Amino acid sequence: MSDTTELIRESTAPIAPRKPEKNRNLWSDAFHELRKRPVVIASSLIIVVLIFIAAFPGLFTSEDPEDCRLERFYGAPSGGHWFGFDQFGCDYFSMTMYGARPSIVVGLVGTTLIVIFGSVLGAVAGYYGGIWDTLVSRVIDVFNAIPFVLGAILILAIWRSAGDTVWPTILALSVFGWPFTARILRASFIEARNLDYVHAARSLGASDGRLMFRHIFPNAMAPMMSGVPLTIGALIEAEATLSFLGLGLKPPTVTWGSMISNNVDKVLSGHPLLLIAPALFLLAATMSFALLGDAIRDALDPKLR
Amino acid sequence: MTAKVSVKSNVLDGLDPTAPLLEVDNLQVEFHTRDGVAKAVNGASFSVERSETLAVVGESGCGKSVTSQAIMGILESPPAKVAGGRVLFHGVDLLTLPKDTRRRTRANHVAMVFQDALSALNPVWTVGFQLSELFRQHRGMSKKDAMKRSLELLDLVKIPAAAQRIKEYPHQFSGGMRQRVMIAMALALDPDLLIADEPTTALDVTVQAQIMRLLKEIQVERQMGLILITHDLGVVADVADKISVMYAGRIVEQAEVHEIFARPAHPYTKALLKSIPRLDTKGQRLEIIKGLPPVLTNIPPGCAFAPRCTYVQDICRSQVPPLTVVASGRASACHFASEVINDV
Repeated sequence: MSDTTELIRESTAPIAPRKPEKNRNLWSDAFHELRKRPVVIASSLIIVVLIFIAAFPGLFTSEDPEDCRLERFYGAPSGGHWFGFDQFGCDYFSMTMYGARPSIVVGLVGTTLIVIFGSVLGAVAGYYGGIWDTLVSRVIDVFNAIPFVLGAILILAIWRSAGDTVWPTILALSVFGWPFTARILRASFIEARNLDYVHAARSLGASDGRLMFRHIFPNAMAPMMSGVPLTIGALIEAEATLSFLGLGLKPPTVTWGSMISNNVDKVLSGHPLLLIAPALFLLAATMSFALLGDAIRDALDPKLR
Repeated sequence: MTAKVSVKSNVLDGLDPTAPLLEVDNLQVEFHTRDGVAKAVNGASFSVERSETLAVVGESGCGKSVTSQAIMGILESPPAKVAGGRVLFHGVDLLTLPKDTRRRTRANHVAMVFQDALSALNPVWTVGFQLSELFRQHRGMSKKDAMKRSLELLDLVKIPAAAQRIKEYPHQFSGGMRQRVMIAMALALDPDLLIADEPTTALDVTVQAQIMRLLKEIQVERQMGLILITHDLGVVADVADKISVMYAGRIVEQAEVHEIFARPAHPYTKALLKSIPRLDTKGQRLEIIKGLPPVLTNIPPGCAFAPRCTYVQDICRSQVPPLTVVASGRASACHFASEVINDV
């Protein structure tokens, strides 16, 4: 007995004071990795500004986008009206500012819905397997067979009378967007459900829901997280596409997509800015989210460091 | 002892304090695979009392881990299926309990320590969070109280500077310290029975001794039952009270620990003991057991050990030897047990 107590004492002897070490995990490592990159800084900055514009367009322009006076139609850009006026004499800069809101709202709310819906279904399919997996996987296949803009067009064409809210667009895009997330999460859950820490947590009396969302989900969400900005970008793009096709929001609400749609033909008649301005903002938004998504994916994959 | 059982009757009703702590009776576990049905556990029976240590010994694939998972009820099913038998905890059959009741018996009555603590601890949560989660979920404690209890537990398993380390992640711990954390988690809710599945296999020899000593100390202090699953007879020699030797899903020999080392009653046990390196046979070639264990989807008729056995006779290839008592307190599943036991 004495020799073994000796052993234990040795191992538990006071150790040298540990230098306070910063706790490192996947997320903090990824964050450290990310904040060094110029691309990440630039795209985050653009995203923050765009979100601000969407939330408080009045801070960026004092003009009312609905204050249209025909006498100033096609007016040239000037000090207070940076982008000039469109064919109805509305201030184009303020239209561009107010047009940010539907895009950003569709992107953020749609992605939230997609993440929640896709996560739950993907988690259930991956965790329980068997009949649940078959069921969810077949539904995913069905939805994947329809390109999501096409699917959204179909839904919005049926739902035309829904009026002037963003909800029909958000729902139409979310309904066809979730299979992507669900598929990623299903794969992660299948991989994780047989890992030791899941067995260990189960052997300590954790319930199914707890195992899924407290233990597996935080480990399984990394691949999904890099998809989040990409999804936001894709939704903004899709919203613009739908508005361009006249299926999105109805006037008087302005969106970048409908502004592009209304002014494509003005390029040749000598007013290219009417197309370029909203197109540039749309490009900045989708590209920032796409670049951020790429960077997050790289940062979360230790093999790419 | 009685008091302890009644304290926890909020988890399980109808516990019989006079019945054995855990009694496994003719347990059978099958795996339904593409190659057919693999009988991983083929009628295992044993029992453990409070304050008693049972070592289940056998080589890889003999069904010892599957047995422990079946007791815990954490078998992955499908493909695994408990095909028969009973697992009685103080007389209550755990296998027939409703799913949710069964879940609440885990950690409260029966807990388990895993082999590889690094993969058995969740990498994304701190050690303190994982420990205190148990108290918050099962005992409804506040965050602060749960953390306090967790700290006491880490002190109990002798983790130095526990107050600092409680905020760290599993990968920041050394192998031995991680295994201590695992043990702390298993002990958190005062289980009556602890199953340790190869608790020291992933550790080096000095740390192995420390962990075994720690387990033993805590067991004595808490009067727990302890089931040690291992392939290493050397590890269990000085901590186990009883040993059950498993081969191809069956218990082939059961005995008190010193008896089995002195006079094994099954050719497999005998061969196992001969294959342990010893100081007094230094320089000699180590004995090996020729051949491989049977494929579990295709266990030959008769004794599963027959193809590798030095005592083999015709009867061994046709008839399965039952586990029979060969001397007081010991049993062997061999047609020639009495010969083996006397043949030193």
